[in-house]
Amino acid sequence: MQFESWSEFWAMGGYGFFVWLAFGVSLLALIGLILQSRLARKQVLRTILQEQQRQKRIQASRSKQVKGNKA
Amino acid sequence: MKAALGALLGRELALAFRQKGELLQPLVFFILVISLFPLGVGPGPQTLQKIGPGVIWVAVLLASLLGMERLFRDDFNDGWLEQMSLSAVPLTLVVLIKVMAHWLTCVLPLLLISPLLALFLHLTADMYKALLMTLILGTPLLSLVGATGVALTTGLQRGGVLLSLLLLPLFIPLLIFATSAVDAAALQLSYNGQLAIIAALLLLALALTPFATAYALRVVQG
Amino acid sequence: MWKWLHPYAKSEKAFELCARLLPWLSISAIVILATGTLWGLMFAPADYQQGDSFRIIYIHVPSAILSMGVYSAMAVAALVGLVWQLRTATMAVAAIAPVGAVLTFIALFTGAAWGKPMWGTWWVWDARLTSELILLFLYLGVMALYQSFDDKQQGGKAAGVMALVGVVNLPIIHFSVEWWNTLHQGATITKFGKPSIAPEMLWPLLLCILGLALASAALSVYRFQSELMRREIHRPWVQAQARKEHSDAV
Repeated sequence: MQFESWSEFWAMGGYGFFVWLAFGVSLLALIGLILQSRLARKQVLRTILQEQQRQKRIQASRSKQVKGNKA
Repeated sequence: MKAALGALLGRELALAFRQKGELLQPLVFFILVISLFPLGVGPGPQTLQKIGPGVIWVAVLLASLLGMERLFRDDFNDGWLEQMSLSAVPLTLVVLIKVMAHWLTCVLPLLLISPLLALFLHLTADMYKALLMTLILGTPLLSLVGATGVALTTGLQRGGVLLSLLLLPLFIPLLIFATSAVDAAALQLSYNGQLAIIAALLLLALALTPFATAYALRVVQG
Repeated sequence: MWKWLHPYAKSEKAFELCARLLPWLSISAIVILATGTLWGLMFAPADYQQGDSFRIIYIHVPSAILSMGVYSAMAVAALVGLVWQLRTATMAVAAIAPVGAVLTFIALFTGAAWGKPMWGTWWVWDARLTSELILLFLYLGVMALYQSFDDKQQGGKAAGVMALVGVVNLPIIHFSVEWWNTLHQGATITKFGKPSIAPEMLWPLLLCILGLALASAALSVYRFQSELMRREIHRPWVQAQARKEHSDAV
């Protein structure tokens, strides 16, 4: 450990603001990218499920029509 | 084949001259942008001389982007491009002819008006000579590289801003070498090196971009 | 090798491969990146010239290296997609671009935050900084082009062309900017003394580079999976996968 105490660690020899700014923003950017990727995935899943429901409804109404025609 | 390409060039020129309004727009834009600078930074001849080459080149970049947007648009919309990609003439050559026609109709007027603008910005005769040389070598490069970007955005609804985002970063080397050639001329230095680099870039673009443009046109046609 | 690689051109196989890789990539990325960062921040000795501000190196250099590495990966994917007409490869282009853009942003921002205490200014028109800025524009161009196509098939190909145009231009841009910079202001502030880096400082740096590379790979793979599902929405395996992931989430 290079630092004597936590407060010294946070101060970074007087450069604390710049060091933590750089690391903080980088961390935020990475987390933002991860969240955006998650969100995009969820949206894709939602679209696929909606599309599936739609197909089911179309098929259901079609088979109903066919039955109606037979009767 | 030669006859077909000649006819193609004739068609392009005839089409361009039929729409004189659109032909003039980039030219007027170019003059306007350049006359804004003396108003913005003050009329001192020394300041103007210092920023002159950069201002003219940036204005050329923007004006040629403005004129380029419709390079393939009409031909794409009325199906002419699709016919062309099915014809016996290779699409790469068609692209090359179209770029040539665009340069003749849209960019050459900018070059012809440039002495006037050099006067506006108090460029010396040496500087103007260098500027003209960089323009002659550099603007065909603009049109060639630009055509690739235009082909990629053809058929998109809001292509204008996107086109600048795609193309302006690619034009940075040209801007750097061209303005530095004029700066060198202002100091009475030789600027053959810069011209040679621009010429090399032009040849590289001439060899590669027609293929990229033709491919991009096939992509956007689906 | 082709015999081994070829099945992965099929989307379902590619998805399965990604699913197998993803846990390993993400876990090792988190572990290595955390180790490297903590080691760099807490245990590496301070630089004798720059003091503790040099610790920004542990995020700046990895992100700068990877911003270029990721671009070349994207260009390779674009080339494969255009030459062999592989749809999965153009999807990879679309998946990788945002990851690279974020890395480039991190490299620029940390560079600025390091430049302020060292050079006294947030931004200098230094050759490397300028090239990095242009790299960011190139990434944004590829992303914007892909976004503006409704037909993602076309969009992927167009983005691939743009990525390749960019890769041809990058060396030219880099060279021109370097030349321009030396012409205009000379290398006065940028070339601060660069002592050969001590091993106690180097090890955490290497760990950080490896960790960030793994993290970029994991994110790209994850986004690639989403892209695959989005484009193959009607395939039975996609629908089965979607049902599975949805019920897992709920």
